[in-house]
Formats: sequence, structure tokens, C-alpha cells
Amino acid sequence: MLRLPKFDYVAPPDLAGVLGVLSDRGEGARVIAGGTDLVPNLKRRQFEAAVLVSLHRVDSLRGVHGTHGSGLVIGALTPLDVIANHPHVQEHFRALSEAAGLVATPAIRTRATLAGNLLADTRCNYYDQTEPWRESLGWCMKAQGTICRVAPSSPRCLAVSSCDTAPALIALDARARLASPTGVREIALRELYRDDGIHYLDMARDEVLTEIALPPLGPTRSTYLKLRRRGSFDFPVLGVAARVSRAADGAVADARVVLTGIASRPVEIPEAAKLVGALPSDDAIAEVARAAEQRAKPLDNTDLTIVYRKRMARVYVARALRRCL
Amino acid sequence: MSQDLSVVGRPGPRVEGIAKVTGQFTFVDDLAVPGMLTAKILRSTAAHARIRSLDTSRALTHPGVKAVITGKDLPTCYGIMPTGEDEHALAQEKARYVGDAVAAVAAVDEETADEALKLIGIEYEPLPIHMDVASALLGPGEPIHETRRAANVHKAVALEFGDVDAGFAAADYTREDLFFYEGSTHLPLEEHGALAVPEGPDRVTLHSSTQNPHYVHRAVAKVLGLPEGHVRLVAVPVGGGFGGKCDPFPHEIVACKLALITGRPVKITLTREEVFYAHRGRHPVLMWLRGGYRRDGSMTALHFKTMLDGGAHASYGPAAIYYTGALQTVTYRIPAYRFQGLRVFTNKPPCGPKRGHATPQPRFALEVHLDKVAHDLNMDPAKLRLQNLSRPFTMTVNHLRITSNGLRECLETVLRASNYAAKRGRLPYGRGVGLAVSSYMSGAGLPIYWNDMDHSQVFVKADRGGGVTVYTGATEIGQGAHTVHAAIVAEVLGLQTGDITLVTADTAAAPVDLGSYSSRVTFMSGNAALAAARRLRAMIAEASAERLEAAPEELEFREGRVYARSRPDHGLTFREACGLAEARHGNVLASGSYRPPQLGGPYKGSGVGPSPAYSFSAAVIELRVDSETGQIHVERVWLAHDIGKAINPVLARGQVEGSVYMGLGEALMEESAYRKQLLKAPSMLDYKSPTMMEMPDVETFLIESTDPEGPFGAKEVGQGPLLPIAPALANAVYDAVGVRVDEVPITPAKLVKALQSLAAGKGGRVGPERLPGFSYPEPTRVEPPPESYGHPAAADGTDGGVAAHAGQ
Ligand SMILES: Cc1cc2nc3c(=O)[nH]c(=O)nc-3n(C[C@H](O)[C@H](O)[C@H](O)COP(=O)(O)OP(=O)(O)OC[C@H]3O[C@@H](n4cnc5c(N)ncnc54)[C@H](O)[C@@H]3O)c2cc1C
Ligand code: SF4
Repeated sequence: MLRLPKFDYVAPPDLAGVLGVLSDRGEGARVIAGGTDLVPNLKRRQFEAAVLVSLHRVDSLRGVHGTHGSGLVIGALTPLDVIANHPHVQEHFRALSEAAGLVATPAIRTRATLAGNLLADTRCNYYDQTEPWRESLGWCMKAQGTICRVAPSSPRCLAVSSCDTAPALIALDARARLASPTGVREIALRELYRDDGIHYLDMARDEVLTEIALPPLGPTRSTYLKLRRRGSFDFPVLGVAARVSRAADGAVADARVVLTGIASRPVEIPEAAKLVGALPSDDAIAEVARAAEQRAKPLDNTDLTIVYRKRMARVYVARALRRCL
Repeated sequence: MSQDLSVVGRPGPRVEGIAKVTGQFTFVDDLAVPGMLTAKILRSTAAHARIRSLDTSRALTHPGVKAVITGKDLPTCYGIMPTGEDEHALAQEKARYVGDAVAAVAAVDEETADEALKLIGIEYEPLPIHMDVASALLGPGEPIHETRRAANVHKAVALEFGDVDAGFAAADYTREDLFFYEGSTHLPLEEHGALAVPEGPDRVTLHSSTQNPHYVHRAVAKVLGLPEGHVRLVAVPVGGGFGGKCDPFPHEIVACKLALITGRPVKITLTREEVFYAHRGRHPVLMWLRGGYRRDGSMTALHFKTMLDGGAHASYGPAAIYYTGALQTVTYRIPAYRFQGLRVFTNKPPCGPKRGHATPQPRFALEVHLDKVAHDLNMDPAKLRLQNLSRPFTMTVNHLRITSNGLRECLETVLRASNYAAKRGRLPYGRGVGLAVSSYMSGAGLPIYWNDMDHSQVFVKADRGGGVTVYTGATEIGQGAHTVHAAIVAEVLGLQTGDITLVTADTAAAPVDLGSYSSRVTFMSGNAALAAARRLRAMIAEASAERLEAAPEELEFREGRVYARSRPDHGLTFREACGLAEARHGNVLASGSYRPPQLGGPYKGSGVGPSPAYSFSAAVIELRVDSETGQIHVERVWLAHDIGKAINPVLARGQVEGSVYMGLGEALMEESAYRKQLLKAPSMLDYKSPTMMEMPDVETFLIESTDPEGPFGAKEVGQGPLLPIAPALANAVYDAVGVRVDEVPITPAKLVKALQSLAAGKGGRVGPERLPGFSYPEPTRVEPPPESYGHPAAADGTDGGVAAHAGQ
């Protein structure tokens, strides 16, 4: 079988301990939560880690607190199946419960955490391969090489952001709380992501994601639709999160459409704002859907064909918005 | 006889079932013996390259490494077919595909072996790469194999049965079609494994997860240069084979060689990625066909051309090429038939015998073609098929002997159950039904290497304690070989399957069986077991007769007792009877064997296709198509399969459902896709195969036509039910949305493309446009045999006494 490289493993009892190891061990230290993204990547020797710092003993990072009236706070270490099955999340933050419930398989969802999902590595099927495979193809800039194999003229890596919960949470205006040895900061989740397959996070190496906060949104419906070959365990090759909040008269007060699986970060479709101020109409939805298709620029580095995935952006956005009415 | 059966025909549990579900069952990788080393294989990262240098010195001195070998250590070639011995355990002067085995290391553990692989220095000189048929045929530069033929042509064949031109001339209507069937792999859950244990300097025991211990035995002995008697082959029950564990493989030979060099046991278990390189999966096949029909739909002639992308080796290719042309005639009466086949070498892992062995591809083409013909002729596709259906106890135009034939019942059963007539063309847009039928062999009529010996031999032994042991070379690959043997022997001796001990697939302990391939085990080894059990019973009966004061033939063996039919209350326990038998005969040991009758026509290539009996299947699929996304949702599959007689209906249904599953995988998503010279997705996650969640409901009907030559009338069920799935699905897609995707897999992207083409008035078809240029040889003309071969059951023209059993 594929064997893991050698590394040290520590599991401090609290956040301070985790941050301590991160600052002591420097570059070679890496946080591990559920390990369902990290471990396969290590097995494929996509990167190395001198020490894995496990969060699993830090119980304070688990749990879903609050209400939709006051806003919700979700501990970063909360398993995805807990989020998917949480009645309050299901009722009021449906896009999130749907997205969490569509990640991987039931077994993986009991281990996989929200933070791990939000921070999971970008994907590319030129890169998510064993070492001999990548050697045969020729190394690429994400590991050991200098050029991108998908688009050799690209100055940057185009690996694809493939985590399901990120677009859902961005559509719900989520905020992220990060702790580091030097302090704590809170940012809008959307600001965490960068359009770069290698440096896909705006986050320091020694930062730990501790919490996700969801603001109260008023009367709102949201959903998450996922395109993939098999409903049983595939990564998204296109994910669409949509959210429509309504004013008392039924007019759209706020609308968001966020796509995943088509760029190195989640992509917001600003044209969704055109729905605001009026009752939703088929024409308006079609216009947002067309805009999404134009903005979707998938590359041939995931499953399914690019032409198809681009076209499906329109179909999925229209369907997602209709589900929010 | 059948109402009398107490084990056969009943849905008992598998004999190894409890061990399997409780995790106690032993697969090769579970084996561990003292002093065992772990071996790893260095695989080529080049697709076609001369090996300029190979330096193992640093690997050899790495601490913990016990031996390193290269092609120089294993210079003898081998291959499953005598006409295709083009493989070496480790590459000789060149590598032919990414993943080709180049060198091997034995070390104290897997990590050390992995480290050592990285220390092997290798320099490649690249050669031109050919990744498909067209490129291979044009093939500038060095061919992949030096053959006597053009460029990369492995084999080209052409046969003609009857007067095809006259057949087309007599047709009112002809139609030509082109199809492509993509390659796919078996994806067994168990990765291949081997454990070689040296027994002195020149003897070795190999435990391997192989379907075919007999052929591996021969190959290993040949390559190691040992007498076959010095090699013991134990086929450890396989965790999924599907044809992927039918060839002798480099890892098996390498494990033996390293064990002999180091004097220590050596184990090797392939990684998932290596299983993709071992491959031997479904051939990608391009097909062209032309059919001639009378106005009433009866076929006058068929012309079929195939082009197989074989990958880097012959493997089963010499048979595969003929299989793409052999069985079309078994389902339909085709009065005149021309077949031309071509197989080329490409720089990919070798293709071979995946479930259905090169017959699903032509079956797809033929059944979709017929659907189109029916539409052109404004006929019901079911009626067109009924019009042309083959009959029991007849000869086909290409000299295949059909015995029992329940195809008509299969077809009528699924039509009725699915309500096909009411649904076809009448469901709302986006929903559709599709139909297809097929046939498969109950074992190949000829062995892989030419010989006059038995295909299966079985010993059955009884002892004074009443124990019964069956010794068979047959291999359990999950299909139920153990249970079937136990059931047959238990039935004859009046016992239960749990009373039978099995010693299987060990060349030192059991007699020969050719292997778990071509759906032959129940029919052939089952017949051998039946013969052995009957002889054993006769021995026991003879010894018990005196005590029971009855003639031996008057004795019944039931419920663990032996008694005279006339005095059922006065009897012996089976144990007592065995004691009497031992006292009388000494050893209570009987043997049975099976060799198929002489089959096959008077022409070269006639060895491929004949079988002592054919199974038949018919399927209807109902599905939904999302016309915006091209996604297909299969709602239900009705499958009727003529199994002759189900020895164990639970296992038989499992085989039907497994075949439907695998067929759907090929129809909808599976593809051995390449990116440049590399397999695009050599992993469980990225190679898309359906899971339980994608599985629709399957309604199975076992049709029992009671074959005159099968054990208790049984025929095959392991492969046949896969065949109608892809074409039934394609035909259902047409019924649902009016487009033709003339290739599998039928992906959402292809379906969207076809729907766009339809909307734009461009025909609504996606599929190959032409065959690459190639001149096939002129066909050898063969006279067809008379349709009747004089079997008494054929005389009345009916289909015999066929019973249908609905599945739950
Ligand atoms: C077969 C399979 C199918 C999958 N399918 C999907 C899918 O459909 N959709 C999908 O989105 N994902 C999928 N995944 C990927 C993965 O399972 C999920 O993304 C999962 O949510 C990752 O969570 P984890 O806790 O296991 O993360 P880990 O593997 O532990 O960590 C992932 C990354 O985040 C970092 N990290 C984790 N927690 C923190 C933290 N609190 N602070 C800082 N850094 C942190 C780690 O260092 C690592 O880089 C799949 C994985 C497999 C093996
Ligand atoms: S997108 Fe390009 S650089 Fe990034 S992982 Fe894929 S091949 Fe490598």
C-alpha cells in the first residue's frame, strides 16, 4: 500500500498548547483536524510535515451555539455530519447543512471537520497523483516543478478550490475567527481565499481557525447544489450556493450566488445583486445564471469536461435560485 | 428429478459466508509467515522507451535490502496464450507502458523496499508512443513489438460464413452503423497479492490471489526454469477477480524468484495504482456493422468489423479478437455472416478478459443497431428480435452448437414484467425504456493451450467418521465456487453443504481445474464433482446394500441417512454407511472429470466461441434523462437470465445483480481514460465506478431451461447478464429523449451534445464517424452447417420445458 512519510505527532490538550507547538516547531509543523484531506495528500507525497499538531483534544473547538435570531457560532472542529444533521442549521442555514451533508461519504463526514473542509487543499488531477505518476508526467509548480501542466503559460497554479462548505458559508455571510501565537483576528470568510492554487489561503502558517460565525439574516432561504459524477462520494466539479433574503413585502432584500469547483477560490457572482429590490422573476434568474456561466472558467484538471461544466454553471445557478424562492 | 432435490435449487448460505462477513476469511495479504520479506516493483515512468542503463548497486547496499533483480534475472518470456508469449516478468531491453515492471526489491519491510526503489538508477531513451488504434496503425518509428505483420498490428482475422453478398442482395433494406465501446477496468476490492515460500533451493510454493492457478503454475515453472512438480500453486480465495486475475503476472514470478534467491518467504501486494497497471481490462473497441433485412424484419446477412486497442501485450488478445465476432449468431439466426477483426498494440497496460470477455462490445453494437433497424422499419424492437431469435438445439452459421435455449422466455418475461409494450414510445419526454438480449458461454469449449486432457477433475473422499472432503482445483473468486461444489456433492450424498469439507485450488492437494474464467466452473468442475460424487455414492451403496437387504440401486441417500426406498424407516446413518464402505473398499475415494464434447467448425479461429452450453439474457431498463444536464437516472432494471438450473438461487441472483452493476458502470461512467501517456485516474476515487448509491432496483428472473449436459441442468450466470445492460440503456435513452449516443460510457456531456445536435436539426447522434484506414485480410469462406444437428428435443420446434421463477 501507499505508506505515509515519517513525521512526529503531538496532540496538545488545549489551544494554547497547539499554538505553542506551531510557534516552536516553525515551518515543518502542520495542524491536523480530521486528517481526511491531509493524510491522503501526505501519502501521495504532495508535501511533507515534520510534525503534525492534532486538534482533536481541544474540545472547546467543537459545537454549534446560538440561534438564527442572534446568529450562530460553529466551532472549527465540529464534524461535518453534526452540522449536516443539526436541526437549527437545517432549518435556517440550509445551504450549509446541505453542503456539509454532501461532502465525501458518511464515514468520512463523521471524522471530517468544518475547518478542515474550509482549509482543504485545492485539487488538480495532474497533481492529486502519486510521486511516480507525477514524475512520469513531469513535475508541476505546485510541487517540485516550475510550470503548470494544465496551462503551461500560466504564471500561477490553477488548482481548483473544491470544498463544499466554503461557498455555502460565504453565501451566508459567514465570518472566520483565527488564533495565532500573537493574537486573534476575525475576518469575513470570503477574505480568507486567494485566487492561487498554491497560496490559496490568506492565512499565516501558525494560525488556527477556531470558529465560524453566521450572522442573523432575517427571512431567508438558501441552498447548495453540487455537480459530480456520483452522488455517493465525489468532490464537487461545480458547486453552487445560493441565498435569497426577503423583505416584508416579498421583494428580494439580499441575494448571493457563490460557485466552487471552477477556480482556485470560491467565486461570487455579483450579478446576483440584480435580483434585489424586486419580486424574483424567471428573467432575472436567467440573467444571473447567464452571468455565472460567463464567469465560470473551468480548466481540464478535474473530472468531466470543461465545456460541460461551464454550461452547467448556468443550469445549476438557475435551479439553485429557484429553490430559494 | 427436480422436486426431489433437497440442496440443489435451494437458497442456502455460502459455505464461507460467515467467515467473510465476520472478517475471519483469509486473503493473500492476510498471510504472514516467519522470516517473511516484502517485495516492491519498480515500474516504468516512460510509456515506450529503451532502457539505456539500469543501476541497482545503491539499492542493493541499502540497509535492510536482501535482493534486487532486473530483467536479466528473468529472461524467459511467457504469456497466457501459447500464440502470444510476449511478456517478461521484468522488462528486458525496453518498457512498453507506464507501469511496466522494470526491477524488483526484496527487503525487511515495505518502507525499506520503497526506499530502495528510489535508489535504483535508470535511464530511458524515449521511443514513439502510440495511445490509440489510429496512431498505432500509422506507427512511424519502432513498433511496440517486433511482429511479422505491419507496424503495430497484433492480429487481423477475417471469416465469412455463407454467402454474405447474396444475403445483402436479397435484403429489402440495409443499414450501417458505427460504434465505440470504451475500455474499462475490473476494480476488484482486493489488490492482487502473492506470497512465495521457498522449499529448498529449487522448490517454491506460491500463494496467490489468482483466478487461474493452473496457468500461473505453468508460467511460473517455465520462467523459473523449474519442473512443474517443483512449483506448488495455492490459489487463495480471491477478493474479486472479474477477469483481472486471469493472467500470470510479474508480481507472482518476481515473488518466487526473490524467494529462491533470498531463501526467505517473500510477499508482495500491489498498490491500488499498480492494479490499474496490471489491468487486463475491457478492450476499447471500434465497430462497424451492416445488416440486411427483409420487410418483415428477418435478417438476411450481417457484416461486422471490429478494431481492438489491445494495449502493450497479447494477453488474451488472440481470443479476444475472435470473441468480438463469435457470439452474435447465438442469439439470432443470421443466415450469412462476415466478420473482420483487428487488434493492435498500444503503449497502455494490456487489455484482457473483463467479465464478458470482448463480447459486451459487439453486443452493444448489435443491439443498438437492431433498435435503429426496428425504428426504420416501423417495427416494435421486441418483435424484430422475436422474429430473428435463435432456437434450441440448432447450429449457428459459424458452427456453434446451441443446446438448451431459454432466450424466448427471457425476452417474454422481461417484456411482461416491465410492461414494455405499454411504455415504449409512450412515456412522457425524458422517460424511456430500452431492451436488449444476449448470450454467453458456460465455459470455453477448448482449453487455452491445445491438449486432449480433462478440463476439470475432482476427487471426493468419505471417511469412517462420515466426513466428506471434496478436492478440486476450482478457485473461489467470490462467485460461489465452493458453495456450488458443496451443494452438488451434498445433494448426491444426501447431506447438507455444511457437511462438506473443501480442499481447493492447491496444485499439491487437488487435481487440475483450468480456472475460474469463461464462466466454466459450475458447468465443468460442477460436472466433474457430480460424476465423482455419484461414483462415491455407488461405492457406499454397494457396501451398504447387504446390510439393508436391498439392491444398491434401490438405496436412497437423504438427510444424512442411507435406506432402501421401500423401507425408509429401516436405514443406516451416513457415518455407518461410510464405515461399511471403508471396510469393503479400503479408501473411499472417487474421482470424476469433465471434458467438453468435440465442438467447433472446420476453420482457423473456430476454437473461440464454442461452449457446451450457452446462457441467455434479456433486459429492459427504464430511466429518466434530465434533458438540461444530460444526467441519467436509472429507475429499474428487469433482467431474465436462462441459467439452465440455479444450483443456488441466492448466489445466482447475486451474480445477476453484480453483472447489472458492472454493466451500468460501463454504460454510464467507467473509462480507462488517458492523459498523454498516463492513465488519468488510477485510484478508487477518481476512476468513476458506480457505488451502491447509484444502483437502481433490479428485478431478476431466473429462467430454467435445464440443459441436458449441465450439472442438474445448470449453465453459467457470472458474466452473461452484464451483456444486455449497455445497449438496453442506450436504447432507453433514445426512447426517452430521441438521441443516439453510439458509444459508451454515455456521459452527461455526450448526452448534452447529442441533445444540442438534435435541437439544431443535425440528427442527434454522438459517436464515431469512421474507422481508421486498414485493409483487413480477405475473409476465409466457410460453409455453414445444417441448422439441425439431430437432437431429439429440437424436432418439435418448441423450446422445451422451461420454467420461470420470479426473483424477489
Ligand atoms: C474519498 C474522499 C472524498 C472526499 N470528498 C469531498 C467532497 O466531496 N467535498 C469536500 O469538500 N471534501 C471532500 N474530501 C476532502 C475532505 O474529506 C474534506 O474536505 C474534509 O472536510 C476535511 O476535513 P478534515 O478535518 O479531515 O481536514 P484535515 O485533513 O485534518 O485538514 C485539512 C487541511 O486543513 C488544515 N487544518 C485543519 N483544521 C485546521 C484548523 N482548525 N486551523 C488551521 N488549519 C487547519 C490542515 O492542516 C490541512 O491542511 C474528500 C476526501 C476523501 C478522502
Ligand atoms: S493547476 Fe497546474 S500547477 Fe496547479 S497543481 Fe495543476 S498542474 Fe500543477
